[in-house]
Amino acid sequence: MTTSLTGGKPDASTRNRPAASGGMDPRTRKRLGVIALNTAGVLVFLFATFPVYWMVSTAFKTNDQIFTTDFIPIPTEITFDHLDRVLTEGVAGNSIWVYMRNSAIVALGTVLIGAVFALLAATAIARFRFRGRTSFLITLLIVQMIPAEALLIPLFLNVRRLGLYDQLLGLIVINVGLTLPFGIWMLRTFVAAVPKSLEEAAWIDGASRFTTFRKVLFPLVAPGLVATSIFSFITAWNELIFALILMSDSSGYTMPVALQFFFGQRGTDWGAIMAGSTMMTIPVVVFFLLVQRRMVSGLVAGAVKG
Amino acid sequence: MANTSTLARGGGNPPASGRPPTRSRRRTKASGMPEWVIPYVLLIPGLLVIAGLLLYPTIQMVIMSFQKVGLRQIRGVPAESVGTENYTQIFESEIFWSSLRNTVTFAVVTVALTLILGTAVGTLLNRLSRKMSTFVVVGIMSAWAVPPVAQGVIWRWLFDADAGIINWALNLLPDWFSELLFGRSDWTGEPWLNDAFTIYLVLIVCVVWASFPFIAVSVLAGLKGIPAELYEAARVDGSGAWRTFRTITLPLLRPVFAVLTILSIIWNFKVFSQLYVLMGGPNNREAFNLSMFSFAEAFRSPPKMGSGAAIAVVLTLLLLVVTAFYVRQIVKTEEM
Repeated sequence: MTTSLTGGKPDASTRNRPAASGGMDPRTRKRLGVIALNTAGVLVFLFATFPVYWMVSTAFKTNDQIFTTDFIPIPTEITFDHLDRVLTEGVAGNSIWVYMRNSAIVALGTVLIGAVFALLAATAIARFRFRGRTSFLITLLIVQMIPAEALLIPLFLNVRRLGLYDQLLGLIVINVGLTLPFGIWMLRTFVAAVPKSLEEAAWIDGASRFTTFRKVLFPLVAPGLVATSIFSFITAWNELIFALILMSDSSGYTMPVALQFFFGQRGTDWGAIMAGSTMMTIPVVVFFLLVQRRMVSGLVAGAVKG
Repeated sequence: MANTSTLARGGGNPPASGRPPTRSRRRTKASGMPEWVIPYVLLIPGLLVIAGLLLYPTIQMVIMSFQKVGLRQIRGVPAESVGTENYTQIFESEIFWSSLRNTVTFAVVTVALTLILGTAVGTLLNRLSRKMSTFVVVGIMSAWAVPPVAQGVIWRWLFDADAGIINWALNLLPDWFSELLFGRSDWTGEPWLNDAFTIYLVLIVCVVWASFPFIAVSVLAGLKGIPAELYEAARVDGSGAWRTFRTITLPLLRPVFAVLTILSIIWNFKVFSQLYVLMGGPNNREAFNLSMFSFAEAFRSPPKMGSGAAIAVVLTLLLLVVTAFYVRQIVKTEEM
């Protein structure tokens, strides 16, 4: 029934109206509007996902299909050669597993230390009023404006002096520093969101401060802690510049550093580098999709609200 | 455990701001710690990290920018002061000015494009059906999730001179159209990543692609908070789409846009990983931005950490000036 009336002007008319009726045949217009919107949605989807798809598909294409001036949207032949090569032969003298492991150690180490520190500090800020609190908050804010790239030189020298050069621990320490201010900033909104009355009820029932924290506050803040931790994990996992200068022995490289070594030596082995990139990307994508909602609200709330 | 003296001390330490602490009168239970000490104890680890890894190095950076720090100094010879020599040197270098230009131009263009595209997509998402919107959100999330190094790798591949798909796509354009737009029709073997200008074109595309999803999802979250009646009323009054956007959406989302703009500026001012991958390490001096220039000065032999630090100081000051307004806004408007 909807197709009979009013043919023209899908675009101009649909864009102007949010939902319901407008002029001639509301149903037709509405349907055309929905089609236009969905088309735009699909285009956005393709723009966003195509490069990712291209990375993954290149990783499984044969070299014949990679090094061609033709467009081969879907590989007609799937090969695991590239994946096999990066896992066994690897790059810069080690299998890619070594770099994956290093990245995982750095990222997890950062998260474990960072989560504890952030939770303590966030509780202090959100639950207590004390002298110096405002100054601390302002420091937290300003410190986030200092580009990490600027601290590269002094931190490099300090790490050397402390004997942490070429050690994953050094990278962990640096990454805790890079992620903590934002971690605290984000987590405090989660702590503040837990109603105080719950803790007060626990006190009245005779629970100690520590018990209250462990049994009441902690479980309620846990989701926020997860979101904050994942944020730190991703930051540490992706970090390139410090890993580049603090690790000299190739067995200590993290993934971002190792990927650089695919370039250059006798041309670029695109199949291998795409296999490596895909392996590096997968954990992050999984985490992103897991906490996507909370992360956005955390980022924005952390930045907007006090 | 009834430690009255701590109560007295607690009273002697009135909180710096805000309401009177109702709880400081309560006694501590079992922990044995006077109430007022607790927040400080909780803050110790965080404070140590921030002081040791962020504040102290900042001071070191400023000091080093007035010193000569080369190979000998890295090995332990005390650094000697050279006054403002590092600064005069970098201000006289052409690379510094081209780096500064690259940094600022890239940031301005990318922030603008990201915000426009992100807002458009956010508005679109708000009008899609629930299913469709989830579908698109999952798609753009996967772009956002790609690690910066992998982003660089992907776009370097897409823009590859010989087997890159961009050159293939440009060759598809009808010759007359391509001639008209670019003054050429054959793109086979076009090297995008040799020249500073085209490196930045690719970098802009790459960064916009990776960062518009965050803007879009944030704008969507903001839009969900605007009451539908406002739009209803606007529609009844015959307001067009653009006008509705300008008079309702924009003003109501202003705080969100302010934050997103600042975050984008911070992120784009110091872009490093993607640039590093796209130009294959700090080799092409014309394509340096300030981060890359500082990095190259300090870590390419011979290391000149003093001038590297001076460049870093300039970059930090730039960022602080740009973001000062935002920091002040937060400090002023929020009860923190």
